[in-house]
Amino acid sequence: MNNWLGHAFRQYGIVLGFVGVVVALSILEPSFRTTNNLTNVMRQTSVIGVMAVGMTFVILTAGIDLSVGSILALTGVVCADLERRGLPVIAVVAVTLLLGTFIGTLNGVIITLGKVTPFVVTLGTMSIARGLAHIFTNGQPISGFSPSFRYIGSGELFGVAVPILIFGATVLAAAAILRYTTLGRYTYAIGGNEEAARLAGVQVDYYKVAVYAIVGLTAALGALVLTSRLNSGESIAGTGYELDVIAAVVIGGTSLMGGRGSVWGTLIGALLIGTINNGMNLLMISPYYQLVVKGLIIVAAVLLDRLRE
Amino acid sequence: MPGIPLVSMEQISKAFPGVQALQQVDFELLEGEVHALVGENGAGKSTLIKVLAGVHRADAGTIRLSGRPVDPRSPREMTEAGVRVIYQELNLVPELSVAENLFLGREPTLRFPFGIVNWSAMRRQTTEILSRFGLKVDPRTPVGRLGVACQQIIEIAKAVSCNAKVVVMDEPTAALTERETEKLFTIIHELKKRQVGIVYISHRLEEIRRIADRVTVLRDGKHVATAKQTELPAQDIIRHMVGRSIDEYYPKEDVPKGGVLLEVRGLTRHGVCRQVSFRLHSGEILGLAGLVGSGRTEIAELIFGRRKADAGTVSVAGTPVRIRAPHQAVSQGIGLIPEDRKSDGLVLEMSVFDNATLSILQRTCVLGVIRHRALMRSVEQVGKQLRLKAASLGQHVKHLSGGNQQKVVLARWLLHNCQIYIFDEPTRGIDVGARSEIYRLMEDLAKQGAGIIMISSDLPEVLCMSDRILVVSEGAIAGELRRDEATPESIMRLAVRTDGGKL
Repeated sequence: MNNWLGHAFRQYGIVLGFVGVVVALSILEPSFRTTNNLTNVMRQTSVIGVMAVGMTFVILTAGIDLSVGSILALTGVVCADLERRGLPVIAVVAVTLLLGTFIGTLNGVIITLGKVTPFVVTLGTMSIARGLAHIFTNGQPISGFSPSFRYIGSGELFGVAVPILIFGATVLAAAAILRYTTLGRYTYAIGGNEEAARLAGVQVDYYKVAVYAIVGLTAALGALVLTSRLNSGESIAGTGYELDVIAAVVIGGTSLMGGRGSVWGTLIGALLIGTINNGMNLLMISPYYQLVVKGLIIVAAVLLDRLRE
Repeated sequence: MPGIPLVSMEQISKAFPGVQALQQVDFELLEGEVHALVGENGAGKSTLIKVLAGVHRADAGTIRLSGRPVDPRSPREMTEAGVRVIYQELNLVPELSVAENLFLGREPTLRFPFGIVNWSAMRRQTTEILSRFGLKVDPRTPVGRLGVACQQIIEIAKAVSCNAKVVVMDEPTAALTERETEKLFTIIHELKKRQVGIVYISHRLEEIRRIADRVTVLRDGKHVATAKQTELPAQDIIRHMVGRSIDEYYPKEDVPKGGVLLEVRGLTRHGVCRQVSFRLHSGEILGLAGLVGSGRTEIAELIFGRRKADAGTVSVAGTPVRIRAPHQAVSQGIGLIPEDRKSDGLVLEMSVFDNATLSILQRTCVLGVIRHRALMRSVEQVGKQLRLKAASLGQHVKHLSGGNQQKVVLARWLLHNCQIYIFDEPTRGIDVGARSEIYRLMEDLAKQGAGIIMISSDLPEVLCMSDRILVVSEGAIAGELRRDEATPESIMRLAVRTDGGKL
């Protein structure tokens, strides 16, 4: 019986927390509950959220990727440059996504073939990609995009902001992959017991590379949205995002030890972080305090997860 | 035998989600007594032990230690009260040295400066304690580098050196060779003399006959019988355990041999094995016997691609194959049922279905999408064939008993239609009832033309099940015995052969 309660608590504890925060903010700050602001929250969350969906795969295999913020910056400036050169939007999008996937794949290959811990490899990539982004732009923002490119970050479709649709689609796609595909099952299996998966004939290395490729892809997707929304490609974009992204996954109940968690949890985790950021801005809480509050929430969420056991 | 019960557990009940693990079970342990606890997997032995150890809290019932009622809320409370459990999964830190493990949490310290570990005293005492158990190892050796048997003795030594009054041993001989088992029995006799009470869980009825004073049988979470060991013959124990009598302990029949399924030539890996060559025929069960640490498991792992060989060739059905990773072995139709199910065989957090289909997902999926319904039917079918007992296919395998967990690993290879099966200690930690089921299944596989390599430390098992026995000693094949010429003596003679050759 205990297990069932724990299960419900883990699944819904974070949801309850999220609802609590929304209710509290609605009361404290009437401007929070305006449609305009809520749409804004969602739109702002979408970049972190999309990346957190990719990160969920990696963390489910008991891995980590610290380079997502830098991959966002590098793919962002490349995409900005291509866009300014007047390439068709579809080509810009394709190249950007491919580049992100490629960098993620490199991470995965080094981790598996080199048998190096993901933490160290992606720490290196974090610095390399950021450096390359600075070199590429010489530190100058790249701006001035076509309306069709700006549609990605600022447009609406059926009355819903496009970034929100992208985020939603990413969540649904990831949930389907995790549930219905071989890749999804093996992601959980590798995180749950890598050796047993290997001995069952699972090509563990191949799937591990795949999850890093996926997080690279989502980082590039985040770059498209952010660059388009800001109407500017900057080499400093996405600095520190890796922490928010990892926090969203962890708050969502995915275990850093791998094998346990879901993309739905990540969705809530990302929304919670976005809401709190927004709410604290509205309440005019100093950014210094915001950092402290965010940290406390991460610790509290993990403790909540532990309590269950 | 004195009359004060060291431990008395009365009317203990414990339920888990969907399972009534224990139902009003009584258990009693006297000073200086060896009380054997037997039962099929899932009968509730482990749960009872965990209640006694303070890991689980009983839903109902009372526990008394030397007449004093206790209600343990943590394992620590019971440890302090003198109850020590030696689990099958040993609780040692592999990276730490023998001495550090033995004294973990109670290191001898210098008087000045206070708190500094007194290494020389620790090492001296370690050597002293271990010599009582006839174990000669450098106290500075990391425990992870020692064999399972050595680790087990260290665990026992640790319990005893903490002045435990009650020692629970869960399948202590599962990983031990006969000689080491003898040593363990000597230790147990020693403990008895010191009025220590011992709860002894084992599936090996011969052992129970040799050392137990009393036997308690559990079945389906209920207490079935408690009697003096001398008054409860093995046949009765088995009958109590399974609720029916098993006449055929080992079902092995003769199966006609077919063509060569697997041929291994000159398999060598530095420091592990050298020049191993043999053939496995269709319909054959080939026993790999030898002492623990002789290299049997390693040979299997080389064939399966878990380790890489320095030299040698492997052919499957006459075709030379290159196996450098397990997935290549699997695609050749070779399935490994590893010795350690929990760490190498199963993803414990996943369901029966997920574990059973792990190997065939990739082969059966359509554009990466799992054909859930079709697979579900196949798994159900195989589950029925194996008489797998699980609440549902969605149940997490960590909640299954050892025998059923083993069946899940087997189901995986059956679903994959493997032709070559490597069983590493197929019945380790598995009860009598499930054992004969697994033997029967091995025989069925042989009848259907599969080839089976069976690594086993259980001599009766090797003798009864194998068509042919290869005895491994120091990483090489010391000899081959036909079924009709093999005896425990002939196997042991080959197993202990040392010719001073280098690996």
